[in-house]
Amino acid sequence: MDLVQPGLGLVIWMTLAFLVVLFLLGKFAWKPILTMIREREESIEDALKEAEKAKDAIRKLKSDNEQLLNEARQEREEIVKSAREMKSRILAEAETKANEKGDKIIAEAREQINAEKSAAINELKNQVAALSIEIAEKIVKQELASNDKQKELIQNALESSKLN
Amino acid sequence: MRFNSLNTKTVAIRIAFALLFIFGSNYASASNENNEENDFNAGEMIMHHILDAHEIHLFTLNEGTPEEHHINIPLPIILYTDDRGVEVFSSSKFHNADHSYDRYIMHHEKIYIADADGQLVFDEKEHAINEKPIDLSITKTVTGILITVILMFFLFGGMAKSYKKRRGQAPKGVQSFLEPLVLFVRDEIAKPSIGHKYERYMPFLLSVFFFIWIANLLGLIPFIGGFNVTGNISITLVLATFTFVITTFTSNKNYWIHIFNTPGVPWWLKLPVPLMPVIELFGMFIKPVVLTLRLFANITAGHIIILSFVSLIFIFGNLFGDGAGYGVSIVSIAFSIFMNFLELLVAFLQAYVFTLLSALYFGAAVEEHH
Repeated sequence: MDLVQPGLGLVIWMTLAFLVVLFLLGKFAWKPILTMIREREESIEDALKEAEKAKDAIRKLKSDNEQLLNEARQEREEIVKSAREMKSRILAEAETKANEKGDKIIAEAREQINAEKSAAINELKNQVAALSIEIAEKIVKQELASNDKQKELIQNALESSKLN
Repeated sequence: MRFNSLNTKTVAIRIAFALLFIFGSNYASASNENNEENDFNAGEMIMHHILDAHEIHLFTLNEGTPEEHHINIPLPIILYTDDRGVEVFSSSKFHNADHSYDRYIMHHEKIYIADADGQLVFDEKEHAINEKPIDLSITKTVTGILITVILMFFLFGGMAKSYKKRRGQAPKGVQSFLEPLVLFVRDEIAKPSIGHKYERYMPFLLSVFFFIWIANLLGLIPFIGGFNVTGNISITLVLATFTFVITTFTSNKNYWIHIFNTPGVPWWLKLPVPLMPVIELFGMFIKPVVLTLRLFANITAGHIIILSFVSLIFIFGNLFGDGAGYGVSIVSIAFSIFMNFLELLVAFLQAYVFTLLSALYFGAAVEEHH
């Protein structure tokens, strides 16, 4: 039957045509296409690897940043803490100094007051003495009209002065 | 999915053949009795479409009337005879009453040398026994081959060019359509079947895959004369022979050890009667034969089924009148459309199967000892 009988002409043409296809496409199509597909695949793979690397680097950088930030935060806290301490210390110092100064001023004032007081008392004493002498003189002048009375007076005056 | 469609196909083939036998034979005898009636013969029409021809028949004007006129594209006829050497002329020269030109007569698309009376001599089975020149004509199938080859040059030449132009960049246009297919052949067929030595087989595998696929698709395009390239046994034979030759000539020592001293087989299967070596040796030749027949039979069967469904319209029309023909046409056309879609799948599937099996044979030829 014709259907399953190979024809010589067809076999020759097909062999020729397929050989030409194999040769020409093999040289000018399949080889460059496959090479370039492989090249591209390799470059894509490389790019992916690079991207992975970059990602890692970024991750590392991020963690570094985080660490830096943490450190900075800690430092800030420390600074604030020490500032607070210094403040309270300064305040305390100022308070003690002020207290001391106040005490000193009060003490000085007291001394002065005492000095003034004693000065005033002294003056009062002198004036009283002068007054007393004046009075005494007057009395004496009056009293000493008689001797008895002079003696009594001296006696009394002496006694009273002892009381002072 | 694949097996389902193949099953559907086998069933469809059986039905189609049954119908062919019933109606085709009836009509063959009917038309023999009364040739003047110009009845429709499905078997003859289908065979005419499937077999090779010396012209591309596009359509027929005024069919069934005395002014019947065939619209053909004539193709060059190339003959070689010992006495006259190479002769080239157009097939339109045979378009006359007795299909003869010079001393040649064309009978059922075969060219014979006429006897002294300018006649053909037939034996009792009505086969012409005249001498035949060597026919190297550019037939319909050769035209199909050339179209396929030119398409391949055009597609893959362009593809290679755009790779050079857009080196290292993403594919574009026809490149992005074909690249997945090239990768499919490389990653799904060559690499798993052959292993790390796959690269030197890639040109053949790619060529054979795309040749079969494009030729299959060419056969499914209607109105261009019905090319049946991969459904012609000469074509599949050549392709399978390429596979066989490449397998044999690239094979390593292990391949031959496997054939003549199959490992893992009890010794009494090899000595004294070399049963296994003989079976393996036969297997070596059966493989390409099976490759030849599988592709040829699948594609031819697909064409026969589609043509049978179309023929049903005319068979019913002739049997039961025009009304029946119109009625059947609804079902027939629906089935032909379905079959056409199935054939689109089969076109790819058969290209895949042929390439895969070739790759497996190559893989066996270069397999390392383990």
